[in-house]
Amino acid sequence: MKKEILSGNEAIARGAYEAGCRVACAYPGTPSTEILENTVNYKEINSSWAPNEKVALEVAIGASFGGGRALCTMKHVGVNVAADPLFTLSYTGVNGGLVLVTADDPEMHSSQNEQDNRNYAKFAKVPMLEPADSLECKEFTRLAFELSEQYDTPVMLRTTTRISHSKSIVTLGERANDLPEPKLIKNAAKLVMLPGNARVRHPLVEERITNLSEAGATMAINRRELRDTSIGIITSGVCYQYVREALPDASTLKLGMVHPLPQALIREFAAQVDKLYVVEELDPFIEEQVKALGIAVTGKELISLCGELSPGRIRTAFGLQQPPVAAGDTLPGRPPNMCPGCPHRGVFFALNQLKAYVTGDIGCYTLGFMPPLSAMDTCVCMGASIGMATGVSKVVSEEEKKKVVAVIGDSTFLHTGINGLMDMVYNNSSSTVVILDNRITAMTGRQDNPASGFTLMDDPSHRIDFPLLCKSLGVKHIRVINPFDLEQTQSVLREEMARPETSVIITDKPCVLVKREGVFQKGPAYEVAVEKCTGCRACLKIGCPAIEWRPAGDGSKKGKAFIDPLLCTGCDVCRQLCKFDAIGRGK
Amino acid sequence: MNNRITNILLVGVGGQGILLAAEILSEAVLLAGFDVKKSEIHGMSQRGGSVVSHVRYGSEVFSPTVPEGEGDILFGFELMETCRSLPLLKQGGTVVANDLRIAPPSVLMGREAYPEGITERIREHFPDFLLLDGQKLASEAGNVRAANTVLLGAVSRRLDIDEQYWLQAIERMVPKKALEVNKKAFLLGRSSGGSTL
Repeated sequence: MKKEILSGNEAIARGAYEAGCRVACAYPGTPSTEILENTVNYKEINSSWAPNEKVALEVAIGASFGGGRALCTMKHVGVNVAADPLFTLSYTGVNGGLVLVTADDPEMHSSQNEQDNRNYAKFAKVPMLEPADSLECKEFTRLAFELSEQYDTPVMLRTTTRISHSKSIVTLGERANDLPEPKLIKNAAKLVMLPGNARVRHPLVEERITNLSEAGATMAINRRELRDTSIGIITSGVCYQYVREALPDASTLKLGMVHPLPQALIREFAAQVDKLYVVEELDPFIEEQVKALGIAVTGKELISLCGELSPGRIRTAFGLQQPPVAAGDTLPGRPPNMCPGCPHRGVFFALNQLKAYVTGDIGCYTLGFMPPLSAMDTCVCMGASIGMATGVSKVVSEEEKKKVVAVIGDSTFLHTGINGLMDMVYNNSSSTVVILDNRITAMTGRQDNPASGFTLMDDPSHRIDFPLLCKSLGVKHIRVINPFDLEQTQSVLREEMARPETSVIITDKPCVLVKREGVFQKGPAYEVAVEKCTGCRACLKIGCPAIEWRPAGDGSKKGKAFIDPLLCTGCDVCRQLCKFDAIGRGK
Repeated sequence: MNNRITNILLVGVGGQGILLAAEILSEAVLLAGFDVKKSEIHGMSQRGGSVVSHVRYGSEVFSPTVPEGEGDILFGFELMETCRSLPLLKQGGTVVANDLRIAPPSVLMGREAYPEGITERIREHFPDFLLLDGQKLASEAGNVRAANTVLLGAVSRRLDIDEQYWLQAIERMVPKKALEVNKKAFLLGRSSGGSTL
């Protein structure tokens, strides 16, 4: 059998393929994004990006009701957006199997909170599987589809960043070919959730969870490994690997299904060991339920509620010795930065100059909060910037209102920002919205969206016309600007900020990372005329990674700017900042 | 088969080809018949941030990350990032580093200085230290961007993996048009793997 090294995400895509999945739908979000970027390589799976997670899940629900197996993937915060259909889907159940992947991010490697989505499985009353390596990612995805149909329920599959993005060896299997052909079947009592029908379904949901908990006792994915029985550890996911590494002699109960918990199995395991522990990242999800069974167990007394675990953190928690390490040096940090030639840079420079109060959002442009641009004052969740601008404007003085500007990307605007703009117009907010349209979902690695003109399967598609869209929402003042033109950017911003009505400014330069032909075009690199550079540092105020300050080397504070010709895209922003005409196009 | 786990760390700056080098390394180890796990965090690192990739192999690997103080080889693509990851390395571990400095934003803006004396500091803690001019050797191979494969070649000398597996792994992981340059770069790095700069 063929063995490959796959990431957890690649393995989930493979598992969906092998399970005979027909439809895969998602909104990109780290660490889940690569699942759909891999299902698209299997021509049997119709893969698509949805404008947001709620729509993605609804598409998957439709595919399932039509009789096809469907996969829907998102990062942990995406489930908040998809929660509305999810909770009722739990009542309707499925036709073709439906698997919802939640990719959680303990340690917040690229997220704004650390929510533990095992709570969602319990809250929505749906089973949840949690794989511990890439092979399990593939196998559990297949199993999730089977359980989904067997128990008439959506099944959640939970990964964490370390599972999604780590790679291990996977044995490949064949695609299932014995599944029924999808077709329309009417069944209103099951699929129309009005109160009368839903009341009938609720007891079935409760019964299903009880049945699954009982079945869990004999499921192979819930595995007891008895070694030294003085210590017994209940664990799941990547924590199982850390436990095996840190405490190789301890007995373990490795849970592949984390909701509902196999209560009988937990009781049996607890009776077999002298001292029982739960090792889990984030919330005491397993621990509290074990305690509710009346079993004495140690968990969060030893292990933090915050952040990602590691073998080292587990060793420390259990009082074991750590290997000595070389002292860390204090070094300059290396934070992420907007790319050279990024079209957001000019906008944030102008907002900084205008001392705007900027309600921000989630995307590359969130980096606008960092010095030297330092032009973002809030960041909560996808699509929030516009509603927040409305809210801030409701309470501050007339003078301060003029300072309020919402920034939002193209993909984020279509995700959940558009609702905020409707509200802004409807309720007569005076705020200014800047739609940073770089024609791609850049932060997660350049995924297409309804404003890019292409689908995930690379078919040409309608490209949303933002000025027309905003006009139809009732926005009267719509300006399209070139964000590389600092004077225009600043003057348009100043005019629209002063206007006591809703206005939208749209920037129209693409992301430098868009590889599609004819979208982003690199210009000739700029260079600094050394004899004209006075060392005033004005060009450093935009924080471009292509511009470096080179000290004179005589111990003084003097120096000159240098532009790296390999990094410079010729965007022209730095030239406009130089009062001494020292920056120009290279030869 | 060797029963202990070998822990390798590949560190540097986003965009240097660290992930590809880690892919080739993992593939070579798979071909040689080991269990292997590889882990890194991407996402934010695409925007010029620090990148740390962990590759672990042996007869059975559990954690996908190298515990602090247990790395056998630290394979640095950039000097400051090499220095930053020294606490991951075990005492007596090996450092193979590229003699390259990439300034982070605070240094570009002239607010902080790029630290001096990094190579001396590394050598002081880890005498088994190989410093290579990856860019120069990669240029000799035909493309300065192949410095990652040069370094991989140098590291390969420290690992008990047959040369055929390395070359097969490169063939599998590197796009066709860049294959010859990368093979040449790997072999240049491999032959210079014994000498220090």
